[in-house]
Amino acid sequence: MRNYLLVILCIVFFNAIAQDDLISALELQEEPGITYSIQTFKGTRVINGQSVETKGKGELEFIFSHRFGRINSGSYNFWGLDDAFVRLGLEYGITDRLGVGIGRSSTDKTFDGFIRYKVLRQSTGSVNMPFTITAISSGFVKTSPRAKDNPQFSMIDRLAYSLELVMARKINSNFSLQITPLMVHRNAVNQFDENNDDLALGLGGRHKITRSLSITGEYFYRLNPHANSSRSDAMGLGLDIETGGHVFQLIFTNSLGLFTRSVVSETLGDFFDGDIHFGFNISRNFQLIHKK
Amino acid sequence: MRLSLCIILLFVAESLIAQRYKSEEGSITFFSDASIEDITATNTKAISIFDVSSGEVAFLVTINDFDFDKSLMKEHFNEKYMESDKYPKATFKGRIMDYDSKVKGDQEVTAKGELTIHGQTKSINVTGVISFNDNRITMDSSFMVELEDFNVKIPKLLWQNIAERVEVTIKFIY
Repeated sequence: MRNYLLVILCIVFFNAIAQDDLISALELQEEPGITYSIQTFKGTRVINGQSVETKGKGELEFIFSHRFGRINSGSYNFWGLDDAFVRLGLEYGITDRLGVGIGRSSTDKTFDGFIRYKVLRQSTGSVNMPFTITAISSGFVKTSPRAKDNPQFSMIDRLAYSLELVMARKINSNFSLQITPLMVHRNAVNQFDENNDDLALGLGGRHKITRSLSITGEYFYRLNPHANSSRSDAMGLGLDIETGGHVFQLIFTNSLGLFTRSVVSETLGDFFDGDIHFGFNISRNFQLIHKK
Repeated sequence: MRLSLCIILLFVAESLIAQRYKSEEGSITFFSDASIEDITATNTKAISIFDVSSGEVAFLVTINDFDFDKSLMKEHFNEKYMESDKYPKATFKGRIMDYDSKVKGDQEVTAKGELTIHGQTKSINVTGVISFNDNRITMDSSFMVELEDFNVKIPKLLWQNIAERVEVTIKFIY
């Protein structure tokens, strides 16, 4: 008896659907999908530091970063444009979530390498995930001074490492924020005013002003600066310009750092004293492996 | 068990009464022919309902399910052009004119209806081919869409990458 009742109810229900318009009928038949947030940040860098983004599978990014000297160094130094600090980098997406990168910076003639993995992806739909989390592990090798010039400076002393856990949320289509607890370990430091282990909290944000332009900001707050430290917290403001496969980032920052160690642990300038460097990051994307 | 069998039977019965068919396979492809590079994207998760008795037909496609050759293209497509977070779906709702469901083989037909893309709705007339065979119906059509009609703007810095008209090809099997 109860079964018959159910059947009758079903008939009524399906008739109700049938009378609806076809689009609503289709919407009912749709399988629930999952939509991942994309472009939380435009590039793999917010300003100086790493962003939560990973490259897509088979994508190779060439990134050229450049910082000039201090703007307050005056007209003789052409407001800093006479000095140049450069990093050339490559990053490749092994999968949509796993990437590797290498780079070489003029600061201490440093080579860097990193691996990054997107642990969680912000999504809506059948899986609701509020955050994207990317873990990044990097290593840095100073190649200056040369071994033959300074034999006491061993290979071990040249090494430094960093671990970052970038947690980001695309709050709406225009505004994204990320917070990054991180640690930098340097094997050799000047014990008088430097720590072997620096802990810091990075904060980055971007606000889209048009479809191709965004304003960005970044701050690295050092949690345990050495009592004698003459270093500063790195910060910066930037403008992202995106044109197809290129991202241009114009930057004002107090840091000459182009990789995590130098940004977090070795920033010298006092932003509010005018020790500001103009700079840019330019990235070009190449799709090496095509999906079809 | 008997109950679920009943419900399944009802589903079948219901679709027979209304002569409504849900698509088993559906794909929508668009093609943009521009000076720098041609762009093609395909969505194989498109779904459709076709009512054979009345000729009414509806298509529904999720913008984010279009697959591109390059992952960055897919990101730009969703983020910059289609704004798929605001307008996640595109739909067509209309009626297919002058066909005979008893005739087997291909028939040239015209569909009239409303196409909604990027939150904008426009009445369109498209021609296509419908084919009734023993136990399946297929529909094929190809038509041009002007981006401007649907308020899809091409960023100035990207002007040469995307054509202002794209060719849309659909194929459904019921």
